[in-house]
Amino acid sequence: MDIRTTGGPPTADEIAAVDGILGSPESIWEGGGRSTQDDHLARGGHAARSQRPLLLPVLHAIQDRMGWVSRGALEYACRRLSIPPAEAYGVVSFYGRFALDERPELALHVCDDIACKGAGADDLCSALEKAFGPSGKTWHRSACLGLCDRSPAALVERAGVPEEREEHQVAPITLEAAQAILRGGRPEDQPRPQVVQRGTVRLLRRVGVVDPESIDSYRKAGGYAALRRALELGSEGVIREVTEAKLLGRGGAAFPTGRKWDAVAKATVRPHYLVCNADESEPGTFKDRVLMEADPFAVVEAMTIAAIATGCEQGYLYVRGEYPLARERIEHAIGEARAHGFLGADIEGAGTRFDIEVRRGAGAYICGEETALFNSIEGKRGEPRNKPPFPVQAGLFGKPTLVNNVETLVNVLDILGEGGAAFASIGTADSTGTRLFCVSGQVRVPGLYEVPMGTTLRALIELAGGLREDRTLRAVLLGGAAGSFVTESQLDVPLSFEGTRAIGATLGSGAVIVLDDTADLEQVLLRIARFFRDESCGQCVPCRVGTVRQEEALKRILSQRETSLREADVALLSDIAQAMRDASICGLGQTAASAIGSAVIQLKLVGP
Amino acid sequence: MNEVFVGLPKRMVKISVDGTDVQVPEGTTILEACRRLQIDTPTLCQLETLTPVNVCRVCVVEVEGSRVLVPACSRKVEPEMKVLTDSERVRHSRRLVLELLASSVDMALCAQQVHGWMARYGAKPERFGAAATVAQPVKIDNDLYVRDYSRCILCYKCVEACGVDAQNTFAIGVAGRGFDAHISTEFTVELPDSACVYCGNCIGVCPTGALMFKSEYDMRQAGTWDESQQKVTETVCPYCGVGCMLELHVQDNSIVKVTSPLDHSVTAGHLCVKGRFGFQFVQQRSRETKG
Ligand SMILES: Cc1cc2nc3c(=O)[nH]c(=O)nc-3n(C[C@H](O)[C@H](O)[C@H](O)COP(=O)(O)O)c2cc1C
Ligand code: SF4
Ligand code: SF4
Ligand code: SF4
Ligand code: FES
Ligand code: FES
Repeated sequence: MDIRTTGGPPTADEIAAVDGILGSPESIWEGGGRSTQDDHLARGGHAARSQRPLLLPVLHAIQDRMGWVSRGALEYACRRLSIPPAEAYGVVSFYGRFALDERPELALHVCDDIACKGAGADDLCSALEKAFGPSGKTWHRSACLGLCDRSPAALVERAGVPEEREEHQVAPITLEAAQAILRGGRPEDQPRPQVVQRGTVRLLRRVGVVDPESIDSYRKAGGYAALRRALELGSEGVIREVTEAKLLGRGGAAFPTGRKWDAVAKATVRPHYLVCNADESEPGTFKDRVLMEADPFAVVEAMTIAAIATGCEQGYLYVRGEYPLARERIEHAIGEARAHGFLGADIEGAGTRFDIEVRRGAGAYICGEETALFNSIEGKRGEPRNKPPFPVQAGLFGKPTLVNNVETLVNVLDILGEGGAAFASIGTADSTGTRLFCVSGQVRVPGLYEVPMGTTLRALIELAGGLREDRTLRAVLLGGAAGSFVTESQLDVPLSFEGTRAIGATLGSGAVIVLDDTADLEQVLLRIARFFRDESCGQCVPCRVGTVRQEEALKRILSQRETSLREADVALLSDIAQAMRDASICGLGQTAASAIGSAVIQLKLVGP
Repeated sequence: MNEVFVGLPKRMVKISVDGTDVQVPEGTTILEACRRLQIDTPTLCQLETLTPVNVCRVCVVEVEGSRVLVPACSRKVEPEMKVLTDSERVRHSRRLVLELLASSVDMALCAQQVHGWMARYGAKPERFGAAATVAQPVKIDNDLYVRDYSRCILCYKCVEACGVDAQNTFAIGVAGRGFDAHISTEFTVELPDSACVYCGNCIGVCPTGALMFKSEYDMRQAGTWDESQQKVTETVCPYCGVGCMLELHVQDNSIVKVTSPLDHSVTAGHLCVKGRFGFQFVQQRSRETKG
């Protein structure tokens, strides 16, 4: 491998950012003062390859410090990590968070996705455009930021040395606040209740009750009893309970959790890895954020139990890049857990070893797909892998890997607390337990709601206060952008895996976006089309080109007056949809036509 | 008792393809099984000498019990697998893949075979109307080869040949995302500023003519490129002792490009800069002899 770098030298700040992660260079071969000819020499072999997973943390450090990634900085990182510059460029240009052109230290990301549109995001963006020029320099239009319960939402990032750096959510954001931020102001974070639901909750019972920064508070609320129980039960016992609970994955694919755990536990290849998928980027979804921000110890405890059950000594929690508070809380909780002997070399004196590393996403929805997530942790482009092999056989670093969603894992605490059979008695026969629903859009009280599986959509919307006065329902987007639309006549669908399947819909990530008669459905559909075009990893043809053709055809359908031409485009849309669903590598392409198809082709909500 | 493990003979796996039963060794791909049965299966990103990336999806087949279609080029056979290679679903996806590609990329220089598949599946790329394409100027930044990415279908072959599958130089990679994904050097620097060593192995595997000898490019521009007038002479590279087989493509008594056979045991189609581009001296000498 040739590491040839021909760009200019890095600046002192850039070197400091990289060295902050990697330490000072050990030899001149790693980027001290030397001539470009020396660049042909680099450390090789396993020592060099094992550095690859550090690429994303290093890129984050550069972006955090400088606000962009220059050629000098990237090439310095390449020399330090023995990564060919063309490869590293492929990685840095894949992720939305990294800027490759110099830009100001301050970046304000304003969500213009579905729920925020309904709360005036488009007007906000137009006003910002007038005052500060088009999106892309100081302020940036963004896909859903996972704050749809407080739309319209924004995220502020300010690059700089650690003391100056800032990164926080502002929601709801007003035009005045946005202008103040862009003129250099630093708004105060406002504390707010995470959950407004009254009545019985299970997964959410500690939210707003325990202090998310205190392990003592968590333990007083019953925390770490489940871990003790798990240590008593041992691997087989835990897996038996989880299987008996009939828990299905909450990340979108509804795979039986017990079966997955069993497969990893039995895998003969070692080591095993555990990955908690906290990338939550499905538009309209914010449940994992609330759990991590308000009950981080529960996530850490649940991961520890999963690790004990499946024989993992190393876990990763991959948290969405746009969730700074969740990351901070989880990192703090991991530190506390370690200090109290709940993580580390000898958990609870039982001789079990397990630890967790937090990995930060970098602005790529596709990295929520489990195999793309592995590639991302490995320091690569977040391109999904073809399956088989499945993660339980060959996942992270090619080893057997258990990957679960945050909500899935937190359910395990109750399963161990009350027993699998008791858990299975909640909900429906095939969809057990409760489910978190992220209700957003045009309801009176958007927020996170927990209901037993099988509750009707109508009841859920009522729980969120129902529609506003004098409004009628246009449609509900169930499952986020990858889900599908349902209409008034389908409101009695039971919210269970089998109930939604029966009407051709899906629970997906638990996103429930309610659109009333004031919603601009055409704009919503165009936003969804843009979302998939932007977020396709670009690997496979049906999705890379199909998402673009889908957007083009949709635009024509919405602007074309001639019925016969519109009908031809609807047929085209349906052709593209079938190929995307059938021939794409991963779930993104396979579902990229589902919402638009349900609105245009099946429900005829818009178009001819 | 001392038993020495000498490895198992390859087990045979029985599968059915379009209703015909066939026995193939374990580990065979569906594509190989199809080829045994003489079923012509379109492929664009697959090459025997490269690790399957299964990204183009033109080879998809229907496998009983699978929710989605599966790529024949990388999916290994499993006992009792039932494969359909010409069902309505398969034909639909193959047609769409070819249409989507041809609507965004200039595929004129793809092999005749590719155009045959387009005809077979009734691909009509023009039905997408005014559609976004990857059209862009040709990159000419060195004397040896040119890169015309408006012909690039993003099959990843050049990246694989430049990287782990052959050259281990890693001068090019896939950059960007989605429809903007493209093959690039770091920060799109020109090849002379990159790590490229001009082995031309990327040219050797490119199925679309996106990567092309400068000599071929110039002749095509001048309108003098004429494959019917070309003779291919096989010889062994004179530069070193490895023994790479060269195919010299000669038109009008001049070498216009150099390739090596994919199935050659020494090269697997790959060469180094000397074998690939170091042919000037041959032409030089012939002129001297004449003069
Ligand atoms: C495009 C795409 C995005 C996804 N995003 C997420 C995500 O943000 N969080 C998540 O848990 N699962 C996500 N998934 C599903 C994961 O691939 C995987 O099925 C899940 O993490 C498994 O966990 P579970 O069994 O607990 O549901 C996504 C899948 C696809 C195809
Ligand atoms: S379906 Fe889309 S996101 Fe998934 S691998 Fe293919 S191009 Fe990438
Ligand atoms: S000529 Fe060789 S080194 Fe240069 S890009 Fe092609 S494969 Fe890589
Ligand atoms: S340049 Fe050629 S080999 Fe490389 S990805 Fe494009 S079409 Fe494939
Ligand atoms: S935060 Fe704006 S739509 Fe989710
Ligand atoms: S040839 Fe199989 S996916 Fe490209």
